Amino acid sequence: MAQHVAQPTTDTPVVPAKLPLKDIAPWAVFFGVLMLVLLYFVGAEQGATAVVSGEDVHEWVHDARHLLGFPCH
Amino acid sequence: MNSATVRNLLVRGMLAGLGAGVLALIVAYFLGEPNVDSAIGFEESHAAGHEHHEVELVSRGLQSTAGLATGVLIYGVAFGGIAALAFCFALGRVGRFGPRATALLLSGTALLAVYVVPFLKYPANPPAVGDADTIGKRTTLYFLMMVLGVLLAVAAVILGKRLAPRLGTWNATVAAVLGFVLAVGVAYAFLPAVNEVPGDFPAALLWRFRLSALAMQVTLWAGFGLVFGELAERLLHPRPAAVSAGTAVAAPR
Repeated sequence: MAQHVAQPTTDTPVVPAKLPLKDIAPWAVFFGVLMLVLLYFVGAEQGATAVVSGEDVHEWVHDARHLLGFPCH
Repeated sequence: MNSATVRNLLVRGMLAGLGAGVLALIVAYFLGEPNVDSAIGFEESHAAGHEHHEVELVSRGLQSTAGLATGVLIYGVAFGGIAALAFCFALGRVGRFGPRATALLLSGTALLAVYVVPFLKYPANPPAVGDADTIGKRTTLYFLMMVLGVLLAVAAVILGKRLAPRLGTWNATVAAVLGFVLAVGVAYAFLPAVNEVPGDFPAALLWRFRLSALAMQVTLWAGFGLVFGELAERLLHPRPAAVSAGTAVAAPR
């Protein structure tokens, strides 16, 4: 399999072109961080550490946190 | 042009994550919630002067519906976005795979790296399991295990790519997977164990809870891989002949 050169049959999937790293990087940095912040709020806020005081965030996502596998309390 | 492609893939990833989150939410509500309720029942019948049940900030009815939905959907969107960015990087770089196959492979690897690897060492716990005093330590270990899973998966892919010219694709893949399993095993051996299950907590309930938690993740990632793969395929390889009604997303080439 590995040694075969791609055969141009009609069914052969076209190997997609690589997206240049310099085009991915700005999106990855900005949205990557944003997504991680979201995960932090679902997974850990007002559990081990807290940015917002109180228990509201923790209590609101309580069931999701348990079922998604995060340590809750 | 390429930057627009990345943006389009990112948006589709977040949408696919949302859709997969809805599927996971259905599993969570019907398979997971009954176990959460049973565990809370156990907790209340054993509440021997433990804190945090005097004032109910959010009712159970809200926690198990709107609260659950908020958490699961945000989780889906967030991981969808991250997975889409990883997909942009993986596309055309991991082997001779089209967009759909790349998406499904990535999704399976993500399930393994961000969930199964941490889960096997630090499995999901229902309410009533876990000492409140150790939450900091348990959270650190859990996130550490997630990061480790991702880093080791990335390392295994790089190792496989490096070995491929010498060993051939098949053997290189086997070697990389073995290396991954070995490294995860070493991490398991050295990281501290956590066992805070009360002695009289029903074993069957714990098993069902953990199984339902696993089912959610399998649903989420399988759904994401299939939906995102389809969306990416249509974006990257539009088929003008197959769909003429204008439903295909015309990507600028």
